[in-house]
Order: sequence, then structure tokens, then C-alpha cells
Amino acid sequence: MDITPELLLELLVAALIVIGGLFGVVGSYGLAKLPDLMTRLHGPTKATTLGVGGALLASMVYFWARDGFTFHELLVTLFLFLTAPITATMVAKAYLHRAYLDDENGQQALPPTGRRYGWASFDAAPESEGSNPDSVEAPRRADS
Amino acid sequence: MKRVLPHPLLTLTLTVVWVMLLNDLSLGGLLLGLILGILIPLGTRSFWPQRPRLRRPLKIVEYVLVVLWDIVVANVVVARIVLFKPNRKLESHFVTIPLDTRSPEAITVLAGTITMTPGTVSADLSADGRALLVHCLHESDPERARDGIKQRYEARLMEIFE
Amino acid sequence: MIGYALAFGFACFGLALGLNLWRLAKGPTIADRILALDTMVINGIAILMLLGIHFGTATYFEASLLFAMVGFISTVAFTKFVLRGDIIE
Repeated sequence: MDITPELLLELLVAALIVIGGLFGVVGSYGLAKLPDLMTRLHGPTKATTLGVGGALLASMVYFWARDGFTFHELLVTLFLFLTAPITATMVAKAYLHRAYLDDENGQQALPPTGRRYGWASFDAAPESEGSNPDSVEAPRRADS
Repeated sequence: MKRVLPHPLLTLTLTVVWVMLLNDLSLGGLLLGLILGILIPLGTRSFWPQRPRLRRPLKIVEYVLVVLWDIVVANVVVARIVLFKPNRKLESHFVTIPLDTRSPEAITVLAGTITMTPGTVSADLSADGRALLVHCLHESDPERARDGIKQRYEARLMEIFE
Repeated sequence: MIGYALAFGFACFGLALGLNLWRLAKGPTIADRILALDTMVINGIAILMLLGIHFGTATYFEASLLFAMVGFISTVAFTKFVLRGDIIE
């Protein structure tokens, strides 16, 4: 069997698919196996990103070799990289809200903020000027 | 200039995304993307009163490369913990990370980076926006994790944004 | 060879979907179920990309992009509802 560029490309696509599949299944196994929600968050947010990333890269290389340069798969990867942390944080907040808000001692289970104010899921933002993150710096107008 | 282009970076991003969606580098696609990229920021400018300030844009490339490498490492690390570490041996806890940076954009990017990198997920922000609540999957030394995040990511972000 | 790799990939992501379904059914908290749904969407995107390679068509790209957007919006809507009791305030 000769080693041709086609064979190398095929090898690359196959390797990417296999790596992606392995990481995908490990991430979901973590979701099923780990003991509580905060640890379960670690599995899907990381392993699955590389799992989908592998499948997307494989698709990109495959169509690149077949039909010429293509780059729109990068858009899905980019979108997933931007949204995965946001969904993870939102799920964590929903969990903390449910698990700790009704519980009298619950909030003591979280470490202190080291500030005068508590965590944003439980405490209202301070009203006074200068301590709100949006008014820390002088407002920068777009047309200034 | 400022009235036509309230957000030059947003215009650039929208144009690039449009060309990527078309998957074709033609002049017509580029022009339509540019028109959309100018009209959309104009129509939504009242939602974005502030323009993010980038002090050293070239540093972004270095930051993206560092984070991409860390994401690959994070995947392997988390996969090994998930597969080979029994649940009762996990040492997971919450860590508070005091923030030095004041820029809202830098805090957003930092929280996202922490979630994507090894063994840490950011869970909450303090009500005054000056501390992050981070959960570690398996870390015997929380101080080391906190210092690592501050040196590796926050210092770079402060260079970019402030 | 790509055929075998594709079969392996489909098996992996199918198994992953099964594990997510188990977590979705078992819970125990509502946040676990939201997380399971979100992971199912991500695995579904991977399967759509592999289908695109399998059938040799780029049409599945649009489907996966739309699926990614719908999945993200629905996850955020679920969590907003749990947090605030309302989605658009």
C-alpha cells in the first residue's frame, strides 16, 4: 500500500472522528457518574467541547479535501466555545439558587466573598454609587 | 465617524460572520456583510451605551493560543479524573477568587476562560462584582489554583483591557 | 477507513446520548435535568456533523448551526425560569 496524500488525509479524518467520539462519550459518562451537580458540570463543559470539536474538524478536513477550501464549520465551533461557559454558569446559578436559598445554613456552605456583599444569586447589587461594576469607571459613552 | 460606526469591532465581527456563513469569499457577499455590519450596530446602539476599550489588541492572539492549549490539556485532565478516580477520592470545593480587574469585559472573558480550563468552573459573581466563585473538581491546594488563575489569565486580561 | 471511524463515532455519541437520557430521567435536581438536555443537544450536533460526512453533503451544517442556537437559547430560558420564575422580565 502506497502512502499517498489521500491516505494521509483519510487517516487524519478518521483519527479526528475517533478522538472526538472518545471525548464525547467520556464527557457524558462523567455526567452520569460524578456525585453531585457541581462536579457533574465539569464533564459536559470540557470533554464534550473537544468531542464536538473533533467531529467539526473532521468534517472541515473532509470537505476541504473534497470540494476545496471551506471554513463555515469554524462558526459552529466558535459558537459552542462562546456559549458553553455561559450555559455552565447559568446551570450552576440555578442549582445554587435551588439548593442554598431556602436552606438556613446553606449559604454558609459557600466560601465568603471577602467583601461586604454576598454572592449575586442571593444578594441584591449595592445601590450606592461607585461599588456597582457598571459604574466603577466613569461611564464611557459610545459617542464621546 | 462615531455616528455612522458606533462599534467598529462589532461591525468587523458581523461582516466576518456573514462571510463565514456564506462560506464564499465573493465581493457581493463581503459588501452585503458590510452593509449588515453597519446597519445592525446603528439599530441596536441604544442597547450598547459603552464601547469596550482594548488597550493592546495584539495580545489577544497570545491569550487565545494559551487558552486553546489549556482547553486541550483540560480535556485530557478531566477525562482522566472521570475515568480513573473513584467518587469518594474526589476533593472538590468552592474557591473565592478576588478580582483586581474592574473592566466588565475582562471579568466576562475571565469567567468564561475559567470554565473552559482544567478542573475549574466559575459559578457566581459577588454582588458588587469584585470576587468570583469558582468550583474545583479535584484540587488538594485551593490557594495554588487561585494564584494560578490570577497569574495565568487575569494578568494577561488586565494587559489587554485596561 | 473513514467508514469504520464513522461507525465508531456514531456508536460513541449514541452511547453518550443514552447516558444523558439516563441522567435526564434520574435527576435528582432540576439543574441536573437542564444540564442533561444541554449535553444532549451538544452530542446531537456532533452526530449531525458525522451524518454530513457520511452522506457527503454540506446541508447538515445549517441544521447543526440552528440546533446549536436553539439549544443554547432553550438552556438559558430554562435556567432563567428556575432563577427568576420568568423568562423575559
